[in-house]
Amino acid sequence: MSDLKKTGAAVGEPVATDSPAPSAFLEVRDLKVHFPTDDGLVKSVDGLSFQLEKGQTLGIVGESGSGKSVTSLGIMGLHTAGQYGKRKAQISGEIWLDGQELLSTDPDEVRRLRGREMAMIFQDPLSALHPYYSIGKQIVEAYRVHHDVDKKTARKRAIEMLDRVGIPQPDKRVDAYPHEFSGGMRQRAMIAMSLVNNPELLIADEPTTALDVTVQAQILDLIRDLQKEFGSAVIIITHDLGVVAELADNILVMYGGRCVERGPAEKVFYEPQHPYTWGLLGSMPRIDKEQTERLIPVKGSPPSLINIPSGCAFNPRCPYADLPKDNVTREVRPELAESDPGHWSACHLSPEQRERIWTEEIAPKL
Amino acid sequence: MLAYLIRRLGAVIVMLLVVILTTFFIFYVLPKWSGQDIAVLFAGKNSGAEQLEGIRQKLGLSDPLLVQFWEFVKGIPLGRDYGSGDDVTHCGAPCLGYSFRTELPVWETVKDALPVTLALAGGAAVLWLIGGVTVGVVSALKRGSFWDRGAMITALGGVSMPIFFTGMIAMGVFVHSLGWISMDDSLTTKDSIGTWVETMILPWIVLAFLQAAMYARLTRATMLEVLGEDYIRTARAKGVTEPVVIRRHALRSTMTPILTVFGLDLGILIGGAILTETTFNLPGLGQEAVKAIQGKDLPMILGVTLCTALAIALANLVVDLMYAVIDPRVRLG
Ligand SMILES: Nc1ncnc2c1ncn2[C@@H]1O[C@H](COP(=O)(O)OP(=O)(O)O)[C@@H](O)[C@H]1O
Ligand code: SF4
Ligand SMILES: [Mg+2]
Repeated sequence: MSDLKKTGAAVGEPVATDSPAPSAFLEVRDLKVHFPTDDGLVKSVDGLSFQLEKGQTLGIVGESGSGKSVTSLGIMGLHTAGQYGKRKAQISGEIWLDGQELLSTDPDEVRRLRGREMAMIFQDPLSALHPYYSIGKQIVEAYRVHHDVDKKTARKRAIEMLDRVGIPQPDKRVDAYPHEFSGGMRQRAMIAMSLVNNPELLIADEPTTALDVTVQAQILDLIRDLQKEFGSAVIIITHDLGVVAELADNILVMYGGRCVERGPAEKVFYEPQHPYTWGLLGSMPRIDKEQTERLIPVKGSPPSLINIPSGCAFNPRCPYADLPKDNVTREVRPELAESDPGHWSACHLSPEQRERIWTEEIAPKL
Repeated sequence: MLAYLIRRLGAVIVMLLVVILTTFFIFYVLPKWSGQDIAVLFAGKNSGAEQLEGIRQKLGLSDPLLVQFWEFVKGIPLGRDYGSGDDVTHCGAPCLGYSFRTELPVWETVKDALPVTLALAGGAAVLWLIGGVTVGVVSALKRGSFWDRGAMITALGGVSMPIFFTGMIAMGVFVHSLGWISMDDSLTTKDSIGTWVETMILPWIVLAFLQAAMYARLTRATMLEVLGEDYIRTARAKGVTEPVVIRRHALRSTMTPILTVFGLDLGILIGGAILTETTFNLPGLGQEAVKAIQGKDLPMILGVTLCTALAIALANLVVDLMYAVIDPRVRLG
């Protein structure tokens, strides 16, 4: 968290749609991803905006089911690729990558960007790698989709990448199958595969969730080192604030398909504004505190994305829902407001109320 | 892969020995225990005692069972001499004994019938595998479309129709009414390929239609499941084009459960060829089995059983090898 200061403003302000191409490397504007189902319209992502610059890391945090994966798949264009006979996802908003708006781009053109300009690492490397192809074959394929080279050259490249991500004896292991690797090695291989084309944007969707605790830190270190080396923009998605504390320059907290707080990592960590963020911080495992002293993890269950609670989506679970006047939390949806430069949150509590609750009730227990 | 192949071949040989032991026990030992005289079965009820004794001598029926069994097994790779002294009949390898009914070597009959059954099963299998998988894949990719619904309803019809029904209709139309096809009911290996194909084409299509229906449904369901797998999403995330995602990534995984069923079906088809062969009047192992059982022709029953078992084992071996090629976890296992 040493070099947080200089990146303070990268999350930027919410942007009005239909404005011209942005200057940020990646800019998502009012992204909505809705799935029609038999039970109703699932509003998995419902108006999300953020910016990300090259060389920066954005951490997207939220409980499971808050729309993090749907967001990342949306950026990759994977809600529209190969959805045979399924009811089509309804996607709106804008996704600007390096000056190009992806939602209005021809799908085959977006496919050409996938794996080359933007790449993705998935949660469970065992199920994300094809069980019938060797690690090497799969990396070779990723490379040859975008590079017109023969298999031998691609294989050399694959070995080079395996070596780079710290797989011992890469020239031998290149022919191994995913089931012959340990969990950590598989995730390393997955990272090697995603970086084989030097993508400008890397999205890591819960890259350590499926791994042993001891391996988690190694994988995070690896991602950080590689980012320094390749200078790409990284989105790291997690339900564990501890993960982004290590890596992220900026943090975006998602709840019920929307952003409830975002800002520079140190602001979100040390001066969090939203009651949901307080809950997440309280449920973070910490070695230096006894279990009993810690805040209770956020009580209750995530909201239904079909019938999102009116007003503030967090109100059924929020201990402070009655503080703002006139039942406003249950009737009016709070908009994102800037408390400090670049630090935004969506809550009806007044700055004074927040200040008081944070310093008197929350911070002492963390 | 070679180690895997050797292991599997070993298993086939062991399996065949078990089959020989079981059939030998059922057809030679059980009658003896229940007081039946095999020599009588051979020579007929009205034979004289002297004649029966001669037969016992020649066939070695008085020898201890273990010796009889050993002589039988040894005869398969090495051939066998029946009788002793001047009265010796040589039965060349692979010797499966002599038919009680025709008094010809069992192998001579089996040799002609086996290719018919194999051609019937093999041809139909290739047809239904290709047809069923193709229809299933297209249905999955066009899920919910007019084509999908139509194919699946046709498939349901195919699954529910018995072979003798469809077979009779097909023959009635194409052989008897239209006369487009004439079927040779005494096929041998000396006949031309043209004759074989003309005789087999209707049974192939009828059998394949019934089975393809089931395979289309299975393929469709498996394909849809595979398309939801994480590694399919990974392939798309790499920028692989959709046709390649289907062919290289999805189809290969779809084939494994299909091959498992295919191995079983192939066995059932070869072993249960009686129904098809009777329907179409084809001179295969199934027909020979019926004749042998009706004539209480023990050596023939044993021979046909053994050859059928061998054919099933080899078919399964081929399927298992295909499986191992597709899924590395099987061969590295
Ligand atoms: N294809 C889909 N059809 C319907 N609902 C979906 C689909 N994909 C995701 N969802 C729903 O969207 C919500 C958010 O999912 P997701 O983004 O995977 O959450 P997470 O934050 O855990 O990654 C979940 O409730 C999930 O059930
Ligand atoms: S708006 Fe109300 S319910 Fe929502 S987080 Fe703030 S205090 Fe809680
Ligand atoms: Mg997720």
